[in-house]
Amino acid sequence: MPLYEHVFIARQDLSNSQAESLMAEFGELVAEQGGTVVAQEYWGLRSMAYKIRRNRKGHYGFFRLDVSAAAKDELERKERFHDDVLRFMTIRVDEHQEGPSIVLTSKGSRDDRRGGRGRDRDRGDRGDRDRGDRDRGDRGDRDRGERPPREAPSEA
Amino acid sequence: MAAARRPFFRRRKSCPFSGDNAPTIDYKDVKLLQRYISERGKIVPSRITAVSAKKQRELSEAIKRARFIGFLPFVLK
Repeated sequence: MPLYEHVFIARQDLSNSQAESLMAEFGELVAEQGGTVVAQEYWGLRSMAYKIRRNRKGHYGFFRLDVSAAAKDELERKERFHDDVLRFMTIRVDEHQEGPSIVLTSKGSRDDRRGGRGRDRDRGDRGDRDRGDRDRGDRGDRDRGERPPREAPSEA
Repeated sequence: MAAARRPFFRRRKSCPFSGDNAPTIDYKDVKLLQRYISERGKIVPSRITAVSAKKQRELSEAIKRARFIGFLPFVLK
């Protein structure tokens, strides 16, 4: 059966336990359809980069699945009609990674993310490299320097 | 003619995603992806970041996925 990674976002006003039971519910649904949940992760209440249906934050649930396409469709159908689910995304993968995902492994360092914003200044530096492209104009000058000798043989 | 290159334009030519301990491109890795979006939230062109064409395609796909699940913004302002 194909392998999928599945992410869903639940409404922010659910409690943690409600969100976890929602995950369990979807897990059961997968099992009913004859699929297996290879791994599941609850990423907690995360703030999102933009508002989704007037929610600033959302409970993130993540599954690594080994299910038939029909079962995946059924899961997505359920989520589509579920009032608490804001968004979901399923991605087909060739193989599942071992161990916890990067979201959990880098979670203890939420302050680091703020530090990440500080790195925006580094991106400004990359802009400087853009200016480096202007050096290409100089290259043009060099070409012009080479032109006169080329013209000379044609005149001869 | 190419022999007479001026010394001052040096190019960092290696792709950050090729090599032995290169990071894998993952849509869940916000910290990594953030390095490849501009202050406005746009994907930075590979000619600036030196990412290879193949990896740039993977990267842009990952950034778009991360945007969809609210990990990255579509626009910042």
